[in-house]
Amino acid sequence: MSTSTKAGPSSDRPILELRQICKSFPGVRVLKSVGLSVWPGEVHAFMGENGAGKSTLMKILAGAYRADSGEIILDGKPVQFRTPHEARVAGIGIIYQELTVAPNLTVSGNVFLGSELKRFGFIKDTAEMDRKTQEVLNRLGARFKATERAARLAVAEQQQVEIARALFYKSRVLVMDEPTAALSDRETDRLFEVVRQLRSEGLAIIYISHRMAEVYELADRLSVLRDGEYVGELKRSEFSADKVIEMMVGRRLEDFYEHTRHSAGRVVLEVKNMSDGNNRVKNANFQLRQGEVLGLAGLVGAGRTELARLIFGADKRKSGEIYLDGKKLQINQPKDAMRAGIGYVPEDRKLQGVFLQMSSGENITLNILGRCSSGGVLNFKKLTERANAEVKAMRVRTASLKQRAGGLSGGNQQKLLLARWLEINPRVLILDEPTRGVDVGAKAEIYALIQQLLEKGMAVLFISSELPEIVGVCDRVLVMREGEITGEVGGETGIEITQQNIMKFATDVIRSASTNGH
Amino acid sequence: MSSGVHQPMATEATTDTSALAAAKRKEFTRSMIELAGMLPVLIVICILFAVLTPNFLTQNNIVNVVRQASINIVLAAGMTFVILTGGIDLAVGSVLGFTAVIAVVVSLIPSISWAAVPVALLAGLLVGVLTGAIIAYIGLPPFIVTLGTYTAIRGAAYLAAGATTVINSKMSFAWIGNGYVGPVPWLVVIALLTIAVSAFILHRTILGVHVYAVGGNAQAARLTGIAVPFVLIFAYGVSGLLSGLAGVMSASRLYSAQGQLGIGYELDAIAAVILGGTSFVGGIGTVFGTLIGALIIAVLNNGLTLMNVSFYWQLVIKGAVIILAVMLDKLRTRGQAG
Repeated sequence: MSTSTKAGPSSDRPILELRQICKSFPGVRVLKSVGLSVWPGEVHAFMGENGAGKSTLMKILAGAYRADSGEIILDGKPVQFRTPHEARVAGIGIIYQELTVAPNLTVSGNVFLGSELKRFGFIKDTAEMDRKTQEVLNRLGARFKATERAARLAVAEQQQVEIARALFYKSRVLVMDEPTAALSDRETDRLFEVVRQLRSEGLAIIYISHRMAEVYELADRLSVLRDGEYVGELKRSEFSADKVIEMMVGRRLEDFYEHTRHSAGRVVLEVKNMSDGNNRVKNANFQLRQGEVLGLAGLVGAGRTELARLIFGADKRKSGEIYLDGKKLQINQPKDAMRAGIGYVPEDRKLQGVFLQMSSGENITLNILGRCSSGGVLNFKKLTERANAEVKAMRVRTASLKQRAGGLSGGNQQKLLLARWLEINPRVLILDEPTRGVDVGAKAEIYALIQQLLEKGMAVLFISSELPEIVGVCDRVLVMREGEITGEVGGETGIEITQQNIMKFATDVIRSASTNGH
Repeated sequence: MSSGVHQPMATEATTDTSALAAAKRKEFTRSMIELAGMLPVLIVICILFAVLTPNFLTQNNIVNVVRQASINIVLAAGMTFVILTGGIDLAVGSVLGFTAVIAVVVSLIPSISWAAVPVALLAGLLVGVLTGAIIAYIGLPPFIVTLGTYTAIRGAAYLAAGATTVINSKMSFAWIGNGYVGPVPWLVVIALLTIAVSAFILHRTILGVHVYAVGGNAQAARLTGIAVPFVLIFAYGVSGLLSGLAGVMSASRLYSAQGQLGIGYELDAIAAVILGGTSFVGGIGTVFGTLIGALIIAVLNNGLTLMNVSFYWQLVIKGAVIILAVMLDKLRTRGQAG
């Protein structure tokens, strides 16, 4: 597990200090006098709910935003970054969650992008750049060459390219924003090795993450931000999940998943022989019963979202039948599914769900325009009524119905989306990663909402990559692997819903024993 | 302060409330600015011209300005629908030329001369619907598709006119271009009606909301059951139909038409839409803004001519105003995304 337990300074003063940083956007004070000290040779985890102000603070550090007031002290000297370039040159390296590698350039081209080495002042010295890049790649233990095209690299490798770039700028502080979000377990392990090596070389690493397990494994110290305020820091010896959650949420989360198992009613949705023809969904069969939460678990890429999209008509299926209340449905596009009474809250909220430039009210009422209009002409009184009712019921924190959805936090955007679907009162609601990027408080509210829906007789198909959540929320769980439903736990199977049991089906550990896999 | 985005902590209640109140005031002024859009710019320009040239603020001249703007207003209204979906229609000038020629040609055939206006409108609608269908179902970029129709329909206009000017000094719909309702020219009435109907569709109907939704996020629109192809075909159809209407307006104003009528009009229409604050990526904007935008362009043309500014300088000034106005727009909308 952890290779280093030294918590604290390996030098007599912090390499980076943020003092009393304040930042406001119209209507919101995002940061209220936040301070942070980071020492050389430590991994400093930085935690907080979404919307707590982590990204804003990091953007100030990166020179992308300017603080309204406060000081940044780097290596004992006050500094001000007016542009990201200034921050980079000063030694602040940032690895963003969304990688910024240029796919058409080689690895070394990416590393030297914007500061290419030249001969005679104008000819690109590709050989020298390749050589220098290769040195750094070797140091990082990378398994690809400096001359390879970035497009051919896996996400984890692209991340290493960005780390290499940061090292070239002689970064003394490296900020990593949710670096493992897109990585597999094996890739995560590799990344951790790299992080530990950089730490031993004396770099200060600010590690932003939601994942407690990672923080336990890696961090020497952690700081928590809540609602734009610095809550405090813990040394490694003081780490505990309860404590961190309490710091993040400001209250104890007593029984986070308050779930009463439901006795399933009659079959509402039945899916038979569903395939997409591209091997991402292979011959899926299952039933969903009234009043139950059916989980769909599996590793990333197992085909869960793809299956959901086939059911909803978002993608073309090659074969398969869908029955709702015993009646066969003809679903060729999302509209058909919606008419039949199937709702789908998609995985990528911003890209596929919320209309950021539209008002909160419009976002809620999009699915009921027909009901709140006559002859195609909208009845604003009815629309406002419905939107207000939902805002109240879902406790959406929006300044008014007219506020643009883009200005709301992730959790509130998700509530708009849920409200939109609840307005048409579907028989079946498919929730695809409904709590991703949602803060802890909103998560709890979403779980509570699911319970209410079940009591009303709805059936929920619940997709999540977070196993504790699946275990806590679902009555029965289907596990997918490589496009196939490989197992079922809970319900009448007699297999208890545990993370271990789910993982057995999700990976190929008991492949031969449980299914007739190929 | 209950409607804040977060609950203020007790210890900081005072500073926090005052900060919130300040932020709210800021928010209020911003929303007022957004509502007014480019109207202040138009007013400032009008005041400038009123001071600089005595002839600007006369009833005759004002009627003249709006009449000169009327055709661009109609084109730009259609363009607003298209740009709101995140697209662009480069063909509106070509369609105007083509439909103007068609209107005159049909009006010259005695047996069907009554059908001149409907046929021209239908021709415009058809071009728009086909354009929309290609964009919606084949998924080609609107810029490319309408670059194609821009060229092809221009050719069709020359062909329909037989490479000459078609003239009908006794056309039955001459009242459109030359008649008055009281003191107001029919051209102006039609242009304002077009704006009113467009505004009604965009802001009061389901279809209107769908236009904004598709422009804002086509993927999400599809996943919430909106018929995206239909909305696109509708938007390009409206643009085609209104280009046809503009063609009829031009033909009746001139009693004639020729293949090159309307060259470059698409640029004025796009400029009016952008000046009106409509986002080029779609999803944000109003047709009232477009009206203001078209009026700004017309007032500039008129005022600068009255001041005897050379045509070449007029172009330079117009271009500069467009860039300045959009810069202003960027300033006033900044920070809303976060």
